[in-house]
Amino acid sequence: MKLSQERAPVYEALCRYRENRIVSFDVPGHKQGKGNPELTDFLGKACMSVDVNSMKPLDNLCHPVSVIKEAEELMADAFGAAHAFFMINGTSGAVQAMIMSVCKRGDKIIMPRNVHRSSINALIVCGAVPVYVNPGVNKQLGIPLGMSVESVQKAIKENPDAKAVIVNNPTYYGVCSNLREIVKIAHQAGMKVLVDEAHGTHFYFGDYMPLSAMSVGADMAAVSMHKTGGSLTQSSALLLGESISEGYVRQIINLTQTTSASYLLMSSLDISRKNLALNGRRIFENVTSLAGYGIKEINKIDGLYAFSRELINGDDIFDFDPTKISVHTREIGLAGIEVYDILRDKYDIQIEFGDIGNILAIVSVGDRILNIERLISALSEIKRRYAKDPAGMLNHEYIEPVVVCSPQEAFYSEKVQLPLRETLGKVCAEFVMCYPPGIPILAPGELITNDALEYIIYAKEKGCNLTGAEDIHTEKINVMVKASH
Amino acid sequence: MEMWYTEEQTKNVRFSLRCDKQKYSVQSDFQRIEIFSTPEFGDVLVLDDRVMLTQKDEFIYHEMIAHVPMATNPNIKNVLVIGAGDGGTVRELTRYKTVENIDMVEIDRMVVDACKEFLPTVSSRLSDPRVHIFIDDGLRFVRNVENQYDLIIVDSTDPIGPGEGLFTTEFYGNCYKALNEEGILVNQHESPFYQTYSKAMKQAHRKIVEFFPVCKVYQAHIPTYPSGHWLFGFASKKYHPVNDLDEGKWNRLGIDTQYYNTRLHKGCFALPTYVTKQLMEGE
Repeated sequence: MKLSQERAPVYEALCRYRENRIVSFDVPGHKQGKGNPELTDFLGKACMSVDVNSMKPLDNLCHPVSVIKEAEELMADAFGAAHAFFMINGTSGAVQAMIMSVCKRGDKIIMPRNVHRSSINALIVCGAVPVYVNPGVNKQLGIPLGMSVESVQKAIKENPDAKAVIVNNPTYYGVCSNLREIVKIAHQAGMKVLVDEAHGTHFYFGDYMPLSAMSVGADMAAVSMHKTGGSLTQSSALLLGESISEGYVRQIINLTQTTSASYLLMSSLDISRKNLALNGRRIFENVTSLAGYGIKEINKIDGLYAFSRELINGDDIFDFDPTKISVHTREIGLAGIEVYDILRDKYDIQIEFGDIGNILAIVSVGDRILNIERLISALSEIKRRYAKDPAGMLNHEYIEPVVVCSPQEAFYSEKVQLPLRETLGKVCAEFVMCYPPGIPILAPGELITNDALEYIIYAKEKGCNLTGAEDIHTEKINVMVKASH
Repeated sequence: MEMWYTEEQTKNVRFSLRCDKQKYSVQSDFQRIEIFSTPEFGDVLVLDDRVMLTQKDEFIYHEMIAHVPMATNPNIKNVLVIGAGDGGTVRELTRYKTVENIDMVEIDRMVVDACKEFLPTVSSRLSDPRVHIFIDDGLRFVRNVENQYDLIIVDSTDPIGPGEGLFTTEFYGNCYKALNEEGILVNQHESPFYQTYSKAMKQAHRKIVEFFPVCKVYQAHIPTYPSGHWLFGFASKKYHPVNDLDEGKWNRLGIDTQYYNTRLHKGCFALPTYVTKQLMEGE
């Protein structure tokens, strides 16, 4: 019998466990918090008492047969999927499980270059080879967009042996591709469609949202419940369509997933799913109206541009996520990262990220109008107090990659560490990216171009947090010894 | 049956008033609003478990927040009051015939309505024709105003809950922008005594100093506020609150006050050493 969305089986089982006052001679060793008073004082008894290990009444995430199985079925039902997995290693874990489920060593996979690092990480692990589709670029904003259907069609034609297509739905900035059409042409060519919906949880619940992966028949989707759905950080969901074997995907997940899955994370998924299923429509109507108000007010501030649905062009901006507040800051002479830093240091406001030309504020389940007012007021003050002449500012976020070899080959090749400025023309053997957003400027196997170097140096100068390189300060980059262009 | 209102002023300190009855209790969109009648302090307005005012001691707070800036610059004509839904601050301002316009911005309509109904001695002058009430977020209101007011009074709740936005850098910056070149900003500045309040006090001072050339703090004793020792901020683009005070001019106005007088005006800026030290940490 189908359970009602009012139920939360993992949560209910934990409540029963707590009431039964079980004496534990199993792990974890803190034994409901008693063994670690300082931590218990910090996190609270209620929290520690359900930080437990898998056991018969609580099921086991590696091989669910009871309450976790029921909770996953409810999750699938809520998202309109054939099956859902609770993921406790972030959406990165879910993205990797998707790729490794359909690709093995040497297989080709079509993806936009502005994917999150987790996708390319999966390629390093499994040895699949990326076929990059250049996303569209908005010249004014300098940001990468979605993939045009035409460019995906071309990649499919040129690589009929590719196993799958990855689509961001949406990108970090909120841009959606024409997912329905991409699914159609990929399926016609016998390819699977994997969708990174790290920022798309709300597409499944709100009205007037862009189309979700499951609703247009995509094969798999990685959904970051914790980003906009309200669950705890690191908890996520992997959704499957009808065409994918649940058992095989579980085997793939179990290759890298912990065998001690956290019940705090799982119960947060369970309770958040219930809340979204029951109240999601109302919640995201409110979120959309808050974000819409923020966008409208920010656009009254001369020099700032909060971009949104007016950009929709039926192609590489097929749709736009209405819950995002993405603001172009270059016209006030400040890099996004500079505005991001001023907001935090001077105004006690933490936003999601700032890059070269833009900032992104995420509005979600937990926001109130008073906080949106603070953001708007702070931006208006930043304009008044800090605006500079925009001349000489870098104006693009996207650098077209020149791929020389596969990420795995480059990462495991013989490499040498060279100072940044001496790497021009070499092949990169590691990632270099600003985090957030975590979209690689350089990925393993790519030629180091002047554009890329200029971008890295500029980003460092403006205070971006550069990550990915073995050298933690990104003063040096690992390059391949043999391959050079 | 004995009935007591008890406020947890800090985690370890409680303050109690005997009550006769509860007159009003409602949860608005922003906060819990309650009015009790008490034998010692008369009617008491409580927002989110904090005493906002009592009939017996509200004159101290309202006189000090209004008359100190008004005496410093008797030419003030255009005033913005933020918060102050009870009407006490507005009542004091309406006593000046020279004041032409008072815009009052209160976020919670239910506070205004409750005070009009149950606290008429405080809210009586909200109907003065010079008073314009805007139900809005103060932060939002000042964002859209430039170079307009002679005086802004921030009569807010504590910086937790709906009053939080009124203790922020963006708010003080926007107030600076909304004031004209002779403008004065006076704000409810918390208390130096208990740590949670003194932290808010130091932060507020640190933020205000960023904007205004003249930044002073003055004090009053208010029995029903935590520790009884309360502060106000005086920030200004031009006037010094003591050096620019014309005592004779204010006294000739003949405004009858119960707490404020011009001798006290000069004295209230003389702060205890530990308070001065705390403020200097921020500067």
